[in-house]
Amino acid sequence: MDPVILSRLQFALATAVHFLFVPLTIGLSFYTAWMETKYVRSGKEIYKKQAKFWGRIFLINFVLGVVTGIALEFQFGTNWANYSKYVGDIFGSLLAIEATVAFFLESTFIAVWAFGWDRVSKKFHCFSIWLVAFAGTISALWILLANGFMQNPVGYKVVDGVARLASFTDVLTNTYGWHMYLHTVCGAFVLSSFLIMGVCAWHFFVGRNVEFFHMAFKTASGFALIFTICSAIAGHQLGQVTAEHQKSKFAAMESVWVTEPNTPMYLLTIPNLTEDGNLVQTLPVPGALSFLATNRFDQTITGLNDIDPSERPPVWPVFASFRIMVGLGCLLLAVAILTYIIKSFVPSLGWGLWIYILLIPVPYLAAELGWMVTEIGRQPWVVFGLMKTSAAGSPPVDWYQILSTLVVMAGIYALIAITGFILMIKAAIKGPDDTAEHYA
Amino acid sequence: MDSSYVLSVIWFVLWGVLWAVYFILDGYDFGIAMWLPLIGASSEVERSAMYRVTGPFWDGNEVWLITAGGVTFAAFPLAYAVLFSSLYTPLMILLFCLILRGVASELRFQWDNRWYRFICDGAVVTGSLVAVILLGVAFSNLFRGLPLEYDEATQFFMFRGNLLNLLHPYCLLGGILFVLMFLVHGGLYLGWRTEGDLRKKAIYLTQAVWPIFFVVFLLYVVLTFAWAGLYKNYFSSPLLLALPLLCAILFVLSGFHLYWKTKVGKSLLASCGGILTLTLTGVLGMFPNLIPSRLVASGSLNVVNASSSGKTLGIMLVVAVIFVPTVIAYQIWAHKKLAVTVKVD
Repeated sequence: MDPVILSRLQFALATAVHFLFVPLTIGLSFYTAWMETKYVRSGKEIYKKQAKFWGRIFLINFVLGVVTGIALEFQFGTNWANYSKYVGDIFGSLLAIEATVAFFLESTFIAVWAFGWDRVSKKFHCFSIWLVAFAGTISALWILLANGFMQNPVGYKVVDGVARLASFTDVLTNTYGWHMYLHTVCGAFVLSSFLIMGVCAWHFFVGRNVEFFHMAFKTASGFALIFTICSAIAGHQLGQVTAEHQKSKFAAMESVWVTEPNTPMYLLTIPNLTEDGNLVQTLPVPGALSFLATNRFDQTITGLNDIDPSERPPVWPVFASFRIMVGLGCLLLAVAILTYIIKSFVPSLGWGLWIYILLIPVPYLAAELGWMVTEIGRQPWVVFGLMKTSAAGSPPVDWYQILSTLVVMAGIYALIAITGFILMIKAAIKGPDDTAEHYA
Repeated sequence: MDSSYVLSVIWFVLWGVLWAVYFILDGYDFGIAMWLPLIGASSEVERSAMYRVTGPFWDGNEVWLITAGGVTFAAFPLAYAVLFSSLYTPLMILLFCLILRGVASELRFQWDNRWYRFICDGAVVTGSLVAVILLGVAFSNLFRGLPLEYDEATQFFMFRGNLLNLLHPYCLLGGILFVLMFLVHGGLYLGWRTEGDLRKKAIYLTQAVWPIFFVVFLLYVVLTFAWAGLYKNYFSSPLLLALPLLCAILFVLSGFHLYWKTKVGKSLLASCGGILTLTLTGVLGMFPNLIPSRLVASGSLNVVNASSSGKTLGIMLVVAVIFVPTVIAYQIWAHKKLAVTVKVD
């Protein structure tokens, strides 16, 4: 078996599971901080209860994010030694800075928050959850700038066969990385607000603590509205940056084969399974794709026919993931707009509340699919245009070593992710009156 | 000497210090976890108290490992690539242990069920024990040198050995040393942070383990002399021998305070110093290599052939100079605020 394929599977597993916990960490920390700020300002106990209730779910989610995150840092060295050797000068420093600047802050002050209710002043306690929230987003920025370098390498020069840092400013101002950052963070808020609304809907449905959860629901519906819109805009911008910097990925996302100006958007497209053209391609909107990608109708979009087959990503997974992600995003946007209008009546929706409960996994799916577009679409490159994934593996590692650790990792991740989600559901269902302290 | 060489030497030292800080901090988490089956066997109250002692800190402590790993990647990418891929399987096991330890120690409190908590405790104890053994074996292998050789075909420093080569008796002794060292260290920390019966048990058991630890420590030092090529630097500049000497003195001092009037805080402080100097003794002994090859000198990864560009090292140094002292300051503050003295009778 090909060790690189196995390593890719292993890395995909590790990142996909890690990213199940990242968005909620980002979004829920802000929500908790917001509630606690209201508590500090107004002194009303209900806000404290809000902060504690959502904070508890946050803590369970957080620890899973932490432990699955360590795996990633190890894996660059264990499975992608040639990659690490090639980009360490740039990529490694971003990871190291992330740990020093953000991760220490996050992990120290989350403990202050969890253990410090009666050990630090009210204001400082609130400040610590803001620090956690702030550190989480800073962390995401460094990681996405590192990923941005893989998508759109900038600020480097190749010396003795490895990429060396030429301009740190260029690396930090990488358009691609920043656009990914905006889309990711907005998506994180979408996911978190839909989770909050779903949990609230459950409590409306069973008719417990309705007042408490209606407060949370109203706030979350505002967040959901703002961030589904922002996420769509940021996603559109990211698409344009992709069209500019990663022509092969963009062509695969849309399954465009022919290079032409005024590129139409076909409302119905089905790529061939053989990945050499489209089986169905009908209902064209003239120039629409050119306009979406570049804001001008007359621009030319490079089709896959003009990209060497050895430099094309697999079309089907990228195309399908992209379409489903956009579809789910539109669904969430529609629900968010509607919800904002009817937010006062939502508790009395009866069986209709199940819509919100069933929507909880949807943003998770959309986020994972977004990453599939980004990372499968980057193929066959590990660093776009510079280094092929096939050359990035670890020469000393044999396939059976990777296979066995892949199997063990899948087992452990399934175990901890399932346990984690069960415990989060348990905590969510229990409601705010179970005020048991952490570690009791 | 050009500036990028100076920078890589600075980062070499910082690299060693980061590992030492990690061992000092996570060492007590590991130690207390390994004491769970002995000290906390009889009561859930005692086990909960032991978790409460490390609960607010283990995560912040583990970030030192992530930073040490990140710095290896950033400052010495080739060393990171070669080390992590050569030691693939043991590192993956270490990773799984750290994952299980972290998840289990946090999530155990989310459900009050005897069997669930028993399984979580099992994961914490096993994860910690195996992680400590692996760290000890891995670092001893570094001190001894790995069977590395530059391979033209793959253009990579290839590992010419198998897993069994990593289990040389000296390296196994290193694993045992780490277990005993962290048992003492964690026992001291637990004694420092508890009162009543729990404290008595912790101190009593630490006192029982200390002599074994010290004998193994001395044996390890002697065998390092005999089997690992670590003493070259110390022979060429004998002044450096002050470091291992200081290490031995600090461990003796730790033992002295442990037995004589049982001053646990002082004993713990000396133990921190001992771990710091022990790690630095090893790391400086390897200099200028980060990963010495025991096959050929050209197979070694050192501060010249493995380091990042001067530019990257310089930027990272600025970040480190600003943020590492800040991190230390707020971690000490958080420690003072969140550490409680748990009383269990």
